[in-house]
Amino acid sequence: MAFEGLTDRLQDIFRKLRGKGKITEEDVKVAMREVRLALLEADVNFKVVKDFINRVKDRAVGQEVLQSLTPGQQIIKIVYDEMTELMGGKESKLNLGSKTPSVIMAVGLQGAGKTTTVAKLAKTLVKQGRRPLLVACDVYRPAAIKQLQVLGEQIGVPVFSMGQNNPVDIARASLHHAKSNNRDIVILDTAGRLHINEELMEELKNIKEAVNPDEILLVVDAMTGQDAVNVAEAFNNDLGLTGVILTKLDGDTRGGAALSVKAVTGCPIKYVGMGEKLDALEVFHPDRMASRILGMGDILTLVEKAQASFDEKKAREMERKIRKQEFTLEDFLEQMQQVRAMGPLEEILGMIPGLGKQLKGMKAEFDEKELAHIEAIIKSMTPEERRNPEIINGSRKKRIARGSGTRVQDVNRLLKQFEESRKLMKQITDLTSKKGKKGGLPPIKFPF
Amino acid sequence: MAFFDRFKGKKREENEEKRKEANIKAEEDRAEKTANDEAKEREEALLRKDQGKEGEEERKENKRAGFFERFKQSLSKTRANIGDKIVNLVKTNKKLDDDFYEELEEILIQADVGVETSLELVENIRKSARKNKITDSEKVMDLIKEETARILGVYDTSLRVETDEKPAVILVVGVNGAGKTTSIAKLAYRFKQENKKVLLAAGDTFRAAAIDQLQIWADRVGVELIKHQEGADPGAVVFDAINAAKARKADILIIDTAGRLQNKTNLMKEISKVRNIIEREIPSAPHEVLLVIDATTGQNAVSQAKIFKEATGVTGIILTKLDGTAKGGIVLSIAKELNIPVKLVGIGEGMEDLRTFDPVLFAEALLEAGEENE
Repeated sequence: MAFEGLTDRLQDIFRKLRGKGKITEEDVKVAMREVRLALLEADVNFKVVKDFINRVKDRAVGQEVLQSLTPGQQIIKIVYDEMTELMGGKESKLNLGSKTPSVIMAVGLQGAGKTTTVAKLAKTLVKQGRRPLLVACDVYRPAAIKQLQVLGEQIGVPVFSMGQNNPVDIARASLHHAKSNNRDIVILDTAGRLHINEELMEELKNIKEAVNPDEILLVVDAMTGQDAVNVAEAFNNDLGLTGVILTKLDGDTRGGAALSVKAVTGCPIKYVGMGEKLDALEVFHPDRMASRILGMGDILTLVEKAQASFDEKKAREMERKIRKQEFTLEDFLEQMQQVRAMGPLEEILGMIPGLGKQLKGMKAEFDEKELAHIEAIIKSMTPEERRNPEIINGSRKKRIARGSGTRVQDVNRLLKQFEESRKLMKQITDLTSKKGKKGGLPPIKFPF
Repeated sequence: MAFFDRFKGKKREENEEKRKEANIKAEEDRAEKTANDEAKEREEALLRKDQGKEGEEERKENKRAGFFERFKQSLSKTRANIGDKIVNLVKTNKKLDDDFYEELEEILIQADVGVETSLELVENIRKSARKNKITDSEKVMDLIKEETARILGVYDTSLRVETDEKPAVILVVGVNGAGKTTSIAKLAYRFKQENKKVLLAAGDTFRAAAIDQLQIWADRVGVELIKHQEGADPGAVVFDAINAAKARKADILIIDTAGRLQNKTNLMKEISKVRNIIEREIPSAPHEVLLVIDATTGQNAVSQAKIFKEATGVTGIILTKLDGTAKGGIVLSIAKELNIPVKLVGIGEGMEDLRTFDPVLFAEALLEAGEENE
């Protein structure tokens, strides 16, 4: 998952700090030096790193921090705060004016993911009850128009195109088309271009002038290196960006671009692309992202995802079972199937506080075929065995393996996994009930 | 991440400490300097822009400009960024002190060279300066050039397409949006110019209209494309393409694949399978597995190279979009850490804008800009 490498580095650094009862200014300095290197290796822009470190250092060497009872925690809190701030503080919504149709314009370098992103954005808006119109202004790349048409069809959103015409004319005409066809948002997919290509940048300015967009969103590849800020600055200077969409954040990039772009342009990150499917566009929450980067998990997103894909009644039943430790292999199977509906398991488990590290060894074990095997194994058990896996002895294992076309080792592994997830769920229930008491987080209806 | 682990030796650690302290001091000093420098840099950037424009007009007039010139022109942005800074550095720091090396390190990091590689590069330069008793920072320029060329230049960058058994198969892989399809078109054009019979395979059956995109390119270049429907099994496309290539006695078969992020285990398995199918049909193939990397990519490019190498046995890299302001420094890290050579570079939108990567030229072009500006 994105940021993973950065998370690992930072957690190592903070573990050292946390262990100390007393922290000196020197300790802070050493830790900050390491944080600096960790951020640089994560592609955070050089200047942004420098400012960030200075701010954290200034706050961290203050008297009340170093002399508090938990100075390590305090410093992590400061880093968390500053990181949240760096990424924009609060989430930022689309700002669509009152005029109809509203206009959104997507711009960016070649290959950043504009076309896919506008389709995802349109889908998101449809879910909110809007009636978007996609407009194919990329007249240069071969088959770009066709690509948008195919995507439009998949999500059921009309696509306006005028072949290889002048993009400025296309944009202008699309507004009329939207009005006469009762579409309330126009989303322009522009051609990818280099920020130093003056001719093509001029074209964007002309489009902007012609249609006066409510939002001009820069689409940025999350894997971009130090150059991300140059690109963002150039587009911002020429067009006056209103926001950023970060794509391909489901990769294993350390995501430094996310930390740099806002700081340099002042434009908030509004959405992030989290996968190839057309509903894999998420609102960007700086605070939650900071929490994930620092390995503190992201329970809020997890809960939202869970609520979106779980049946409330089933969830309650499951929760009861978990709390009472009545969780059986049958539930385990059902659970796995449901969790898969939420997205990649690795990503989901990564959101659970404190689990990031432990998951490392587990992640390869979950894949699509694995699930089929698990299903076969569980279905080869007797109801008694499913409810009470402790009774599964050597000969039962052999029978189950034969019945499911697997090996005894596979059965063993599943039983072990089941045991682990039981433990894990206990941890979560403990954790959530603790948090609930403190009143820090809303009481979580955990669907496990 | 492994950076500190690798510096575990005790002595090294002590040195590290010292260097880090110096680093911080140097950084504070520099904060003041940069403010002044920035104004100067902006002025220079304006100048460069004008020059770049002239360059382009010239290019239009004389399309067959020397390869070296063309290459350098396209790299002017890269050079403007790394080269100028280094030349500036050399001019302002007459003495080879810690400040000088720290700043050199910084410049490299900002060029996406990566912390580890930057440190190592600077360390080597420092050593070799000491050994050769160089104290003047002007002369260190040559050392920097030598060192970068050495890292980049130890590999064979030629494409293995002169095979006994026809066709030679080139598999093209990479993450989403790196520029695979466009690079394939340019590559096909290049081979066509060499009077080779080229066949393309539309192995990207996933992305909407990817097949159409490649078809348009194939028509423009004038080569044949083997394709199935969108959503078809890429393995089947490849199988058909190989048989078609054999039947038509094509010299070269170039296979496009869907972009995939390297941490998607299942998609990486899929591409391994594609490779296996090629191997099964022609045991000596694929003759080249080219990984397309966007030059704007940061440190993640190393992870891309590593994982794609494991899955498909990458033999070389096509570095695309080098005509932007991206500094291309990641090339150094990849060459050094993974022994994968850069074979081709994409330096523009034109059909002919795919060039053989020349490490010496690259290193020189990288560092020469400032000298030209004098």
